[in-house]
Amino acid sequence: MTGTGNRTTRLLGLGALVTTAAVVYLGLVTTPPDVVQGDLVRNIYVHPAVATMAYVAFGVTALASLLYLIPRTRSMRWDSLAGASAEVGVVLCAITLAIGSIWGRAAWGVWWTWDARLTLTALLCALFVGYLALRRTGGTAEARAIRCAIAGILFSGVVPIDHYATEWWRTLHQGDTLETLHPLIHGAQLWTMLLSFLSFGLLYAWLVIHRYRVEQLENRLEHEGLAYALAARRAEAATEGHDAAAPASVGGSA
Amino acid sequence: MWHDAALMAGKDLRIEARSRVASNQVAPFAIIVLVLFGFALDPDRGTLRSAAPGLFWVAVLFCSLLAVQRSFAVEAVDGAADGLRLSGLDPAGIFLGKMAAVILELFALEVLLAIGIAVLYSTPLNGLALLAATAAAATVGLAACGTIYGILAAGLRGRETLLPLLVLPVVAPVLIGATRAWQVALGQSTDDGWRWVTLLAVFAAVYVTLGVLAFGTLLEEA
Repeated sequence: MTGTGNRTTRLLGLGALVTTAAVVYLGLVTTPPDVVQGDLVRNIYVHPAVATMAYVAFGVTALASLLYLIPRTRSMRWDSLAGASAEVGVVLCAITLAIGSIWGRAAWGVWWTWDARLTLTALLCALFVGYLALRRTGGTAEARAIRCAIAGILFSGVVPIDHYATEWWRTLHQGDTLETLHPLIHGAQLWTMLLSFLSFGLLYAWLVIHRYRVEQLENRLEHEGLAYALAARRAEAATEGHDAAAPASVGGSA
Repeated sequence: MWHDAALMAGKDLRIEARSRVASNQVAPFAIIVLVLFGFALDPDRGTLRSAAPGLFWVAVLFCSLLAVQRSFAVEAVDGAADGLRLSGLDPAGIFLGKMAAVILELFALEVLLAIGIAVLYSTPLNGLALLAATAAAATVGLAACGTIYGILAAGLRGRETLLPLLVLPVVAPVLIGATRAWQVALGQSTDDGWRWVTLLAVFAAVYVTLGVLAFGTLLEEA
């Protein structure tokens, strides 16, 4: 394995690109503006999907961390997946906050309000930034993986609280737009919104696979890097020894 | 487990009593924080008094970081961590003991800080029962959480900066709950203060349980 792309990822990437283009067209051109919100409603083609994918990403991190901690399924693959998913999750979470903030300025008149949903999302983002910092600490790979797995599970506990925040507390943030099968929105809007979930889902999968492979390459470098470098130097020394047949040059290059 | 916890707490407190780091460095730090808040908010008594509960708990949060860092710094030198692992003490007992030592240190600091806000911010300390119950629940939560993340970050490069990054977001609910409850106790809010105490108690219970369960694994790997 030398790169991180293959046919699957290229297909996924293409799918993400096509669906995103479709969402952009449908969201900006085809769908009507809202009666109350006007053009601001177009935010629902981005914000809910990104936020949901951030939740999914942290959920995957928690699940992979759990699988790492169970002795029967322990494998560095789960650790890599947890790390990759958390990285993408932090990016998505930050985008959620940024887009939400911009929308909030237009709809509520403020960039930020200390609402339960907003505050918890910011908290979630901060927690996983901490998780990523924890992943970059030293020690053996196994020790780091265990530490990160426990932290990943602990931090993901905020996700369900964040999700139910709009129900548990009286918040400024609205509740779920897709209330089971009784959506509050127009048909074309609904389909565009669902398509946005697909497009961000594909994007998430594409990013995670690439990051997962990078993590694995990093692990390999950590394990085999030194042995590889030594072998390369030895080979270099051997060829130089043949060419020059002088012991001094062998010593110099080794 | 309880016996091991008592041993551990006794050891940590004895170290603190002899080294005097908590009394000579952390306690003065706490007071300095209070004074700095005073400068930052302008010594206008009204603002300070209404902000007192929040300022008090932020100061406690900072001190809890120092206490936790200290609690694991003493294990980081002279191979103490290996000694701890080889001691045969129950990991849950070690967790509870270290937590108990941090709790007692924080209680002492909180008393000091409470006197501090009463004197410096002229805040009359009413509703002592609610104040004390809040402090008890919040402190257990802070100490449990801090001890878990303390061992998580122990022995790592950059642990001094990593610990605040990990702990502060996690203990945000404690800050919120404890501040609200104190506002009620000090007569600044008509909220139901005991509900916040319940929330703090739940937080503490969750983290104590997690610590008892996970500490063994974390200790092995630290």
